[in-house]
Amino acid sequence: MTAPTYNFAYLNEQTKRMIRRALLKAVAIPGYQVPFAAREMPMPLGWGTGGVQVTAAILTPEDTLKVIDQGADDTTNAVSIRQFFVKTSGVTVTESTERATIIQTRHRIPETPLTETQTLVFQVPIPEPLRFLEPRETETRKMHALEEYGVMHVKLYEDIARYGEIATTYAYPAEVNGRYVFDPSPIPKFDNPKLDSTPALQLFGAGREKRIYAVPPYTRVRSLDFEDHPFEIQRWDRPCEICGARDSFLDEIVTDDKGGRLFVCSDTDYCGKRQGKR
Amino acid sequence: MTPLLAVEAISKLYGLRTGCADVSFDLWPGEVIAIVGESGSGKTTLLKCISGQMQPTTGTVRYAMRGGRVLALDRMSEAERRFLMRTDWGFVHQDAREGLRMSVSAGANVGERLMAVGERHYGRIRSSALDWLSRVEIAADRIDDSPWSYSGGMRQRLQIARNLVTSPRLVFMDEPTGGLDVSVQARLLDLLRGLVNSLGLAGVIVTHDLAVARLLSTRMLVMQGGEVIEAGLTDQILEDPQAPYTQLLVSSVLQV
Repeated sequence: MTAPTYNFAYLNEQTKRMIRRALLKAVAIPGYQVPFAAREMPMPLGWGTGGVQVTAAILTPEDTLKVIDQGADDTTNAVSIRQFFVKTSGVTVTESTERATIIQTRHRIPETPLTETQTLVFQVPIPEPLRFLEPRETETRKMHALEEYGVMHVKLYEDIARYGEIATTYAYPAEVNGRYVFDPSPIPKFDNPKLDSTPALQLFGAGREKRIYAVPPYTRVRSLDFEDHPFEIQRWDRPCEICGARDSFLDEIVTDDKGGRLFVCSDTDYCGKRQGKR
Repeated sequence: MTPLLAVEAISKLYGLRTGCADVSFDLWPGEVIAIVGESGSGKTTLLKCISGQMQPTTGTVRYAMRGGRVLALDRMSEAERRFLMRTDWGFVHQDAREGLRMSVSAGANVGERLMAVGERHYGRIRSSALDWLSRVEIAADRIDDSPWSYSGGMRQRLQIARNLVTSPRLVFMDEPTGGLDVSVQARLLDLLRGLVNSLGLAGVIVTHDLAVARLLSTRMLVMQGGEVIEAGLTDQILEDPQAPYTQLLVSSVLQV
């Protein structure tokens, strides 16, 4: 046989087929964690091996790829993954959210609203939202199957009892399509409303934990809360100090050792574009 | 009137060894039955079989649901059985650490069952947690403390509150006073007796302590080698034991 051993974008035929099957299943059952045989990638576990495999499985030569880490295009993780795909697939890469067709992300969803032609790929460290309360995998699977999600609220109760409010600020659990409770990866809860009914396809890959899950376009995502302690997102009492945005997620940057700090957009592309318009 | 729990010819074999053999009894609403016997006599095996935690080798257990339907445990779906376990049933473990969620506060422990059946109002969960803590004599200012900071007796009382918060009709107890010192035991028994009487709870209590059986139960099963060798009213059995083994058991209690 002289069939090509390697497909477009790094993965071999079997691996690509296996991941694409898992992706189809994940899209068919929104929020359900589909097990898949994650391969070793040429980067350490915890550096986005799950996201890289998902991206490699869906990438076509016509795609334009954007990779962000904490909202920024120029951080180590983003740069090395972008270079990896330039080397292995030769696709066009961009820092512009609007121009990208596939955006691989760690810890953020871009501020610019996404469209139907775009796919967002999340890197997920721990896909199981019930894990911290129930260490047994057999038990958490059963809890998902039987929709026993009471313990999720135990965690939120604990927050309010201890801090007076729901103090979970990232990886905030949400319910997809009225059925599965899922962990939207360590994005700030500021980004949770963006998951809801978005036109873009959202795929989640956890390499070490070997799970893939998805939120298809226009799917309802509801963040868990209490009637008397409704879900709220973070707010800042100041705008971004570079571009003046009041609607974006701000990073706090320590500027000296005398208590000086700067609040700026974490989404570098969004911030840069706003500066350009000024 | 139908019995709340009807146990029919339950046997459990562990390979060639017998866990318990051919046990039958009816538990009526509001009644407490004690299962006594020495270690290894099959008490805990029996309790696990009738509370749906273990599949018996033969025999059936039927439970009268709130609506009046009588269902066999092995005919229920797993979802129904688990729902029953966290609403209409309670289970008090000997080791409170097994029955509690040790990583969260006492209040969350009591509130968990409420949240599991769909309560989504923090204020209401909090107030019923406070109410139940006071009923089991735990001070209100301990509500946000971890069960790790509780004494053995307090943990056991917290476990009871956690189970009773959904007003179950049937509570299974496995040596609820084991590992506690005598004065704490007495207080816990007092509390349990009060709760059982005021709430009209039915219960199955496994114990090797005849005093516990006498205080809490109306009827009693004596087990030896996996079989029930004597059954009847608690006072009757303790005053006038018929089987040789029961006579031995009753006479081996130290009279102080």
